Amino acid sequence: MLLSIRSLTKVFPGTRALDGVDFDLRAGEVHALLGENGAGKSTLIKCLTGAYQRSEGTISLDGVEIAPRSTVEAQDLGIGTVYQEVNLLPNLTVAQNLLFGREPRRLGLIDARALRREAREMLARYRLDINVDRDLGSYSVAIQQIVAIARAVELSGKVLILDEPTASLDAREVEMVFDAVRSLRDKGLGIVFVSHFLDQVFEISDRITVLRNGRYVTTAETATLDRVRLIEHMLGRTLADDVLHSPPPDRGPRPAMLSFKGYGRKGVIEPFDMTIGQGEVLGLAGLLGSGRTETAEVMFGLRPAQTGEARDTSGPVSLGSPRAAIAQGFGFAPEDRKTDGIVADLSIRENIILGMQARRGWTRPIPRAEQNRLADDFIKRLDIRTSGREKRIGELSGGNQQKVVLARWLAMNPRFLILDEPTRGIDVGAHAEILRLIHELVGQGMSLLVISSELDELIAVSNRVIVLRDRAQVAELTGAEISGQAIMRAIATPGGTAAETMERAG
Amino acid sequence: MNLRALPLYITIAIFLAAYVICWLQFPAMLSTRVIGNLLTDNAYLGIVAVGMTLVILSGGIDLSVGAVIAFSGVFIAVLLRDTGLHPLVVFALLLALTTAFGAAMGFLIDRLAMPAFIVTLAGMFLARGAAYLLSIESVPIQHPFYQSLQSAYWLMPGKGRLTLIGVLMLATFALGIVIAHKTRFGASVMALGGGEATARLMGVRQGRTTVLVYAFSGAMAGLSGIVFSVYTGSGYSLATVGTELTAIAAVVIGGTLLTGGSGYMFGTLVGVLTMGLIQTYIVFDGTLSSWWTKIVIGLLLLLFILLQKGLLRLTQSRLAAAP
Ligand SMILES: Nc1ncnc2c1ncn2[C@@H]1O[C@H](COP(=O)(O)OP(=O)(O)OP(=O)(O)O)[C@@H](O)[C@H]1O
Ligand SMILES: [Mg+2]
Repeated sequence: MLLSIRSLTKVFPGTRALDGVDFDLRAGEVHALLGENGAGKSTLIKCLTGAYQRSEGTISLDGVEIAPRSTVEAQDLGIGTVYQEVNLLPNLTVAQNLLFGREPRRLGLIDARALRREAREMLARYRLDINVDRDLGSYSVAIQQIVAIARAVELSGKVLILDEPTASLDAREVEMVFDAVRSLRDKGLGIVFVSHFLDQVFEISDRITVLRNGRYVTTAETATLDRVRLIEHMLGRTLADDVLHSPPPDRGPRPAMLSFKGYGRKGVIEPFDMTIGQGEVLGLAGLLGSGRTETAEVMFGLRPAQTGEARDTSGPVSLGSPRAAIAQGFGFAPEDRKTDGIVADLSIRENIILGMQARRGWTRPIPRAEQNRLADDFIKRLDIRTSGREKRIGELSGGNQQKVVLARWLAMNPRFLILDEPTRGIDVGAHAEILRLIHELVGQGMSLLVISSELDELIAVSNRVIVLRDRAQVAELTGAEISGQAIMRAIATPGGTAAETMERAG
Repeated sequence: MNLRALPLYITIAIFLAAYVICWLQFPAMLSTRVIGNLLTDNAYLGIVAVGMTLVILSGGIDLSVGAVIAFSGVFIAVLLRDTGLHPLVVFALLLALTTAFGAAMGFLIDRLAMPAFIVTLAGMFLARGAAYLLSIESVPIQHPFYQSLQSAYWLMPGKGRLTLIGVLMLATFALGIVIAHKTRFGASVMALGGGEATARLMGVRQGRTTVLVYAFSGAMAGLSGIVFSVYTGSGYSLATVGTELTAIAAVVIGGTLLTGGSGYMFGTLVGVLTMGLIQTYIVFDGTLSSWWTKIVIGLLLLLFILLQKGLLRLTQSRLAAAP
């Protein structure tokens, strides 16, 4: 056994994040670690890599007991990790990030030329040809993620840990990462893989271990498990009716509520026309870098449009800034919730009412009882796993933090809500809940723009789907035209390679 | 080009432009004499700014350095007056002391997770108080070794004097450049300035790095104190009040981001020289009050802070506009 963890326990004040968990990793296997949001996956990983100190239990690597007190120690033991809350340092160059702590030196000083060369070689394995002297922060999230993976792979002499590494990658990038993972597995490394994308889990993993509420549930060969059984293990119940396969929404025409004409911004998104009906879900599909998020940002005034106009039923509306957009009853739950969304030091309750309060003005505080009611309501509706509404949001698991950000926008009850990747990093159970919630919201007359890389999800919720490519709209699918194949066909760029797509994303 | 380097280029451009303006008005400004004096007069400031740059790059601040310089002067003067120790021995003692002082502050900042601002503010009062304890009055230094230090210079073509302390400052900057940009320690410092939590996950030894950063700043403050005592020939507990702020200004004018994680050691040298140049101009002019120095420095500071804000937005929109 390469790595074996016995009765690992981690107690945070007020929470038992891990309770007597066992976990074994063989050399030469990809071992998926699964569980709901807040099950304790990231905590287990951090105890293993010395980012947290465990409360009880033993960890042994190659039969020798280890107790890394810092992430450096774990690195020196040959454990490379990509953490969930990405990432690397945006203020260092790509090359510095890749080789941080192991920079090639000559006479004790960093050899800049060798650094650059090694960095380029590392990225070449992922068919990524970028300028390694530029700050990492100037590249897209996808590229940053690949850089993080490349770094972890380099550090992993024995064990590679990937905590939701594919959350922001598109299908081709995922394949590149999986290629690398497979070749490392064949070299005899043990790989721990955490993900909420079950398809990916079934594709790449040899064994699966499931955690629930900080406890060990089961370990099984992937081949012996099917999806339904796996979900049962994760949730501790069966997933009532799979929303993804429930009948599609009524796709009849809706009275127009908002319309955009020639709306665009130079270098960001080509001018587009778009109408959104009352109580309609408009889906936005396209590859990373195709301009999906940019479209949303222009509509929400984050990057104000330079051309065109927006109207609602009563006339033109001005959307020159997010403030103006919010005043118009717009809402936008961004994709990168880590940096754009949360205020880590505030409580769940405070985070949820933040947007409402800002709109009301700070001189008219929302009564505390009302705040509590709202917070409790959303904690229940979105199934936010927490010990209470006053918990600091920074102490929630990654997926649960995302639910709080979603709750903030829902609490504002906008008439038009933009959701950018609403289910990224969210577990299967909650995923279904969120799709159900979207159905409920449109039932109440809210209009939504949903951006998603998961076609099943788009198809399940959208009345219409708009497809983007190269920062322009290339297709609009309505009614019966909406299908996975049709969307894929519209997305596909003739002759485009993954590397080119990534360049554009950068 | 890396946008990060833009403030550095702008600093250099401003310095050159300012020099040209000065030269057009007073052709004598372009002489080795003026250049030699620029280095000599600003030696103590430059040296302490090297330490400050590293501290700011790490995302911290060190408010104690002005007081430490004053303490150093008094310490040296009193020891030379009251004991028979050779100045070199006294220097070694002093450097050990100020380095340990900086390390202790770094240790507290790390262990107690206290803001550097508060800890080094306390350090400032402590050092100033210690200087008063040693002597309230200005203590002259009259050691023959000091006289030879003060008169050590190379005569440059054009009669300019490249003094020992001026050279020492340039050497300190060279050391600073190597440490900040060429070592793994320097990379750790930048990483900390970029984000502590991420830096830790990437394997930065935060405690060690923090202690070393403030120890380095303490050492530089001590060295700066030695240079200042050579420059003035005395030790005075009321000297160099506010020097820490001047040093911070030089660092910011040099293009280093006040929030840490981005900047260049060389920029600080240019920042120090720019400030020195303004002072020299005012001396040449003769009619302007020396307060104009402060006003111009204030304006420059404002300009650079605005520039950094603007750059930040530019980076973000460029990022968004891809590639
Ligand atoms: N620093 C912390 N302080 C207090 N509680 C914490 C802290 N980190 C995690 N927890 C709690 O530990 C539990 C497990 O969290 P963990 O991040 O391990 O979940 P996860 O399985 O990775 O979930 P996700 O899929 O959402 O990433 C959660 O209840 C969380 O609130
Ligand atoms: Mg997690």
